[in-house]
Amino acid sequence: MDNFLAARSQMGMSLAFHIVFAVIGVSLPLMMTIAEWRWRSTGDPTYLLLAKRWAKGTTILFAVGAISGTVLSFELGLLWPRFMQYAGAVIGMPFSLEGFAFFTEAIFLGIYLYGWNRVPGWFHLFSGIIVSLSGLLSAIFVTLVNGWMNTPTGFDILDGKFQNIHPFAAMLNPAGIPEAVHMVLASYTAAGFATAGIHSWLLLRRGRNRFDEVAIGIALCVGGAAVLIQGVSGDALARMVAVKQPMKLASLEGQFKTEVGAPLSIGGLPFPDERVTKYAIKIPHGLSLLAFHTPNALIKGLDQEPSKDWPNVRMVHICFQIMVGCGSLLSLFALIAAWLSWKRGPLSKQKLFLKAAVLVSPLGFVALEAGWMVTELGRQPWIVYHLMRTRDAVTTMPNITITFLVMTFVYLVLGIIVVWLLSKHVIAPAEKKQLDGPGVLV
Amino acid sequence: MNPAMILAGIMLGALVIYSLLAGADYGAGFWDLMCSGPRREKQRQLIAQAIEPVWETNHVWLILVVVLMFAGFAPAFGAISIALGVPVFLILLGVVLRGSAYVFRTYFAGSIRTQLYWGKVFSISSSMTPLFLGIVIGAISSDTVVVRDGISENGFLRTWFHPFPVIVGVLSLSLFAYLSACYLTVETDDPALQDDFRSRALFSGFISLMAAFATYVVAGDNAREIRDGLSGAPYVLLVESCAAIAAFVAFQALWSRRYLRARIAAAAQVGLIIIGWGAAQYPYLARPGLTIFNSSAPSNVLIEIEIACAFGGAILFPSLFLLYRIFKAHRKAVLADTTPV
Repeated sequence: MDNFLAARSQMGMSLAFHIVFAVIGVSLPLMMTIAEWRWRSTGDPTYLLLAKRWAKGTTILFAVGAISGTVLSFELGLLWPRFMQYAGAVIGMPFSLEGFAFFTEAIFLGIYLYGWNRVPGWFHLFSGIIVSLSGLLSAIFVTLVNGWMNTPTGFDILDGKFQNIHPFAAMLNPAGIPEAVHMVLASYTAAGFATAGIHSWLLLRRGRNRFDEVAIGIALCVGGAAVLIQGVSGDALARMVAVKQPMKLASLEGQFKTEVGAPLSIGGLPFPDERVTKYAIKIPHGLSLLAFHTPNALIKGLDQEPSKDWPNVRMVHICFQIMVGCGSLLSLFALIAAWLSWKRGPLSKQKLFLKAAVLVSPLGFVALEAGWMVTELGRQPWIVYHLMRTRDAVTTMPNITITFLVMTFVYLVLGIIVVWLLSKHVIAPAEKKQLDGPGVLV
Repeated sequence: MNPAMILAGIMLGALVIYSLLAGADYGAGFWDLMCSGPRREKQRQLIAQAIEPVWETNHVWLILVVVLMFAGFAPAFGAISIALGVPVFLILLGVVLRGSAYVFRTYFAGSIRTQLYWGKVFSISSSMTPLFLGIVIGAISSDTVVVRDGISENGFLRTWFHPFPVIVGVLSLSLFAYLSACYLTVETDDPALQDDFRSRALFSGFISLMAAFATYVVAGDNAREIRDGLSGAPYVLLVESCAAIAAFVAFQALWSRRYLRARIAAAAQVGLIIIGWGAAQYPYLARPGLTIFNSSAPSNVLIEIEIACAFGGAILFPSLFLLYRIFKAHRKAVLADTTPV
C-alpha cells in the first residue's frame, strides 16, 4: 500500500470509528437526562434504572470516544503535517473551543456518574443537562472545522501562505453551520433509532416489561423528532453545496453535463469514463428545483472541471443515495409511528411495529457513515477545497501502512469488546431487586 | 508581553497541570503493575478508586496542549509531528490502550482472570505514555529536530533514539510514579497501605533523582544548549533551587510520615522541574531551529485564541474546583460510596 493511501486509510478508519462513539457521546446524555427528569417528576423507579443504565453506557462509550478523539487530534499532525503547518492557525479556534467544551463534558459527566449520592438532586439533573449541552457544542465546533475545509474563508493568500487570518470568520464559514446542524440531528437520529431498535428486540424476546417500554418511548421521541427536522436541514445543506461547491453537488448527483432544468437522478450508477449516469430514475427538473428552488436553474456539471480533479464520482454518488435513502425511510417510519400511536394506542403492544423498529435500527448509523463518506470523498482530491491537495499534505514519514494496520487491529479489538460490554451492562434485563428502591445502584 | 509568550505560557501551564494530575494517574497505573505483597488487592483497589472519577478530565489537558500548539505554533507542530512521528505514535498507543483497558477492567467485574489480564494491559500502557512523552520532551530539547521542506534530516529514529531523550523519558516516568505514590498515601487511612506507598514514593523519588543527575551528565554530549540554559540564566537557577527545596521537604515529610505535606511538596517539586525546563528551553519549541517567535501564528490570531482561553478558563476552573471538591474533599469518609456503580 503506498504511503498516501495508507495515510488516507488510517485517517478514514480513525474517523469512522470515532464518529460512532462521538455520536453516542452527544445523544445518549440527552436521553439519560430525559430519563432522570422523568424519574424526578414521576417517582417511577423504572426511569431511574433507565437513567443509570444509559449513564453506564455513556461512561464506556465516552471513554472510548475521548481516546479516539485524542488519537485524531494527534493524527492531524502525524498524517497531514503540511496541512496543519499552513492551516493550523486558521482552524485552531474551533479546535481550542472544542477543547474547552470537551473539558466541561468530562467534568460534569464525572459528577453525573459518580455523584448520585453526593450532590443534591437538582444539581445532578443540571449536570446531565450540562453534559448534553457541552457534547452538542463539541460536535458543532469540530464540524465547523470540516466546514472550513469545504468552504475555506477568513484569510487572504499571499506568497502561497494564509495571511490576514480572521479566526472567527474562518470558524463561521458558509458550510460550517449547515453541516453542524446536520451532524447534530444525525447524532440524535442514529442513536435514537438504534436504542429504540435494541429495546424493541429485547421487548420481543423477553415479553412485556416497563423497562424496555419507557426506553423505546424516549428513544423514539428523540430519534423521530430529529429525523423529521433532518429533511429541512439536508435541504439547506444541499443548497449551500449547490452555490459554494457546485462540483461536489455534481458528483453527489452523478451530473456530468452542465444543463438548465437538470433532472434528479435517484439510484443509478455513474460511469465516469463515459461521462454518464445509467440506470437511474430521472425526475425532470428535480435537481434544479431541489438545489435552487426554481425548475429551470442552471446546474453546473462535472464537465466544468478537468477529470483529474474529480472525486471518486461513483463512490460519492452511491454513498449519497444510501444516506438519502436511509434518511427517507426513517422519516417515513417516524411518521407511521406517530400515526400508529395516535390511532392504535401504545406502540409497545404492536408486535409488527416492534419488528419493524428492529429492522430499521441500524439505518441511522448507516446514513451517518455514508454521509461522512459523501462529505469527505466528495471533497477530494482537495484537503482544503480548491486550495491544497490532499496528496501535498501527507507526511513524509515512511511505513504508514504499519501504523495503519496497528491502529486498525487495536480499534477492531476495542469495538468488539465495547459491543460485548454494552450488551452485558446496558441492555441486560432489569432484575426485580433493582427496581425496589430509588437508592439502589445498578 | 508578546502574545506568543503568553500562549507559550498557557501551554506550559497546561503541561504542568497535566503532569500533576494525569501524570499521577499514569504513575498509579505503573504502580498497579508493581502491586505486591499481602495487600496487593487493596493496593489495586485504592489506585482504581483514586483515579476513577477524574482520569478523563485530567487527560483533556494534553489535548489542550496539542490543540493550542497547532493553533498557535503550527509550523513547529508540523515539524515535531514529522520528526518525532514514532514516539508520538507510541504515546498515542499508550493513551488508547491505557484508557480502554482501564474501562474494560472496571466493567469485567466477576471474571477475575479477565480483569487481571486487562490490569496488565492497563499498567503496561500506563508506563508507555509517560516514557515516550519524556522522550519527546528530551528530543525537542536536544538539537535534533531539523525538518526542511517536510523532510526530517535526522530521519525518524535518530531524532529521539539516543541517550539524552531516553533518559528524560525514564526521568518523567519515575517522576510520575513518585508523584502518584505520594498522592496515594493521602488517599487512604490504612497505615499499612500508607506505608506501602510511602516506601514506593521514597524508592521512585530516589530513582528520579538519579535520572535527573544522569540527564544533566548526558546533556553535555547531546544537548549542550539546554544544559547551558539550565545552568545559565539566574531565574532558571532560582526555579531549580526551589525545586530542590521542595524535593527536600517532600523527602523529609515522607520520612516522618507527614503525608499531606509530602503530597504538596512533591507536586511543587514536579511542577517546578517542568517550569524550570520551560524556562531553560525558552524561546525554543523544538531545538535547534523552531522558536515561539519564528513559528507563531500572526498576533491577532494568538490574541483571539487567548481570549477564547480566558473564556474557557472562566468556565473550566470553577467546574474543576467543583469536581475535586465533590470527589476529593471528603474522600476518606465516603470511600464506601464509590465502589463502581
